[in-house]
Amino acid sequence: MSLQPLDQFARNLAPDTRAAVYDGSKKGHEKRTRVLFDAYTDPNRLREIAGEIKQHVIEHLDTYLPAVEAKLQANGVKVHWAGTADEACAAVRDIMQARGLRKIVKSKTMVSEEIELEHYLDKHGIETLETDLGEFIVQIDHDHPSHIVKPIIHKNRREIARSFEREGLGAYNDDPETITRRARQFLRHKYLAADVALTGANFVSVESGRLVIVTNEGNSRFCLAATKCHIALVGIEKLVPRDRDLGLLLNLLGRSATAQQLTVYTEFISGPKAATQPDGPEEMHVIFVDNGRTDVLASDCREILRCIRCGACLNVCPVYRQASGHAYRSVYPGPVGAVLSPLLAGKKFPELADLPKASSLCGACNEVCPVNIPIPDLLLRLRAKGKAEGAPLASAGTPPMGAWSVLASQPAAWKAALFGGKILNFLPTKLLPIPALRAWENKRTLPAWKGGEFRSWLKNRDIKK
Amino acid sequence: MNLSDRRKPGADKRVQLMATCICDAFYADTARATVEVLEYLGCTIEFPEGQTCCGQPAFNGGDWAASRKVVRHTVRTFAGETPVVVPSGSCAAMLFHGALLEFEHEADLPAVRQLAHRTWELADFIVNGLGVKAWPGRYDGAIAFHRACHTRGTGSSDAASALLGSIAGVKLVPFGEGEQCCGFGGTFSVSFPNVSAGMGTLKLEHIRAAQPDVLVSGDMSCMMHLSGLAEKEGQPIKTQHLAQVLRDALKNGGLI
Repeated sequence: MSLQPLDQFARNLAPDTRAAVYDGSKKGHEKRTRVLFDAYTDPNRLREIAGEIKQHVIEHLDTYLPAVEAKLQANGVKVHWAGTADEACAAVRDIMQARGLRKIVKSKTMVSEEIELEHYLDKHGIETLETDLGEFIVQIDHDHPSHIVKPIIHKNRREIARSFEREGLGAYNDDPETITRRARQFLRHKYLAADVALTGANFVSVESGRLVIVTNEGNSRFCLAATKCHIALVGIEKLVPRDRDLGLLLNLLGRSATAQQLTVYTEFISGPKAATQPDGPEEMHVIFVDNGRTDVLASDCREILRCIRCGACLNVCPVYRQASGHAYRSVYPGPVGAVLSPLLAGKKFPELADLPKASSLCGACNEVCPVNIPIPDLLLRLRAKGKAEGAPLASAGTPPMGAWSVLASQPAAWKAALFGGKILNFLPTKLLPIPALRAWENKRTLPAWKGGEFRSWLKNRDIKK
Repeated sequence: MNLSDRRKPGADKRVQLMATCICDAFYADTARATVEVLEYLGCTIEFPEGQTCCGQPAFNGGDWAASRKVVRHTVRTFAGETPVVVPSGSCAAMLFHGALLEFEHEADLPAVRQLAHRTWELADFIVNGLGVKAWPGRYDGAIAFHRACHTRGTGSSDAASALLGSIAGVKLVPFGEGEQCCGFGGTFSVSFPNVSAGMGTLKLEHIRAAQPDVLVSGDMSCMMHLSGLAEKEGQPIKTQHLAQVLRDALKNGGLI
């Protein structure tokens, strides 16, 4: 029997990497829980309300998207619509080429990873530099982020120190402060030489057209302070109806993502620089990206579009902790990724149809989700979809259920199997060519078969009575 | 489903017992202890002979057509108005949550919902159904209680902890990362054996560090995985189902 790809990846994972992912996730989860329950008597009610707000948004995108477009335009922002990843990349390129701009400084955005922007722009002679420390390390290592919020959770500081040495950023030194200072020094000059600030947005208020960007390093502020053109890539699900909704969502986001009451920097951007402001981008573009989201909206898994990318479900997930983010072979790892990635893959769903299976359905993800996404239910729906579409990856390693379902709906046959199963106790089960049994016994012993014993006891007792 | 509006037992305390397939096949004494505990509480037990399985293996495996076939059989087998008591949080959750999901677009959803509304996990039934707050008898030992994942969001874990904690002689010992899954996950345990075993090993490390005399859970599936792992490692641990502890306490106290 072939192993599931994620299970193989986990088996072969370097112990150092597993330890780094496990420790980082565990600490993140424990701090999140402390901070959330210190602040609120009933955080679960807040998660429910936040979930209702986001669910309301995604169910009313047809009215909210035109409304926010009008508001943004009134604020002096140019709005672009990208149906696909290619269209989103081309929109960035077109804006830059039309103005003869060549260099981007970029703050962290997951949607840019999703559309593989850097790769695209590189082919068109546009230079992109990551300014978030984690993403910068990912970039110099030609690696991929393995966590939504902590992209280098899989690396330890010794690896990072070696990368910095290799890149000519000073002699080997694995002191985190030194590493940070060196990156900062290097990036300072790059901001000044850049043409464009590229950011994402954590939220966009329909009411005011404000973009909200949260960071901890202040790098997005540097990006915006030093350049004349701001381009924001925003998934169409990022809207909130009113500014006041941000009070709840920002409080939940900081605590869920990094166990902070609020991130160090929370920027509210209302448009390009006003005539009265001394500096800031003179032009501002918002590119709304669909890239499969409307298909998700049309599916029975639309609740996943509530996601505010906090990463709490990754931190708490025992499977993520064992396997690491790269095991998910996609931009969005962990429980949210196991739902979102196969859905966003569209026609390529079969290539990621195994991911919904990569869960014990323990429900911890749902318990921590700040927007209360029923992730286990969505994983189950995608399992049914994988089975219905006959995706081979979805069924790898899962015992076939057809014969079992016949047996389990015919009491006489079931009883016969219960009593007959006793033969297992006399067989060398280790030699039986049943894949599921092999997989079980490779890791665990099998208890003795006691099929029918309870029924016999109950019956004899009733007769005696 | 809102669990607070579930059908409570009537004055005659009649219940239908769903023994679960895992107890039917491997853990006869857990099913027996469940009967003894419920009878001690004055319940009259019906055991529908035609019962098989709740349908969860196929449901989790994505084969919802196969699962619905088994759930339909279960709905027919447990017909009527009598509450159904299950010595498993996982099988109970299959009936009051999972089945509703896979029958969402089926014509016979009302029948499935009717069963969901009278299905109880054992500890939840004893404490929140029958109103029992403390357990008599005696059981001498340090107990590590493993909260089974499918009882998240239900009253089962609190109920089980309250019952165990109230028994004379019992010392409940907490252990690290108690909210984490043991790694069983049904077919997950055989389709992702390395991740599953990794999760189980970690759970065992935490449990051993607390030095309990016995590991107790309301779900034998978690116990089958953990005790199987421990035995394979050459360091067996003693496991019991909650019902067995309750029954043993009654016996030790001379109450049955």
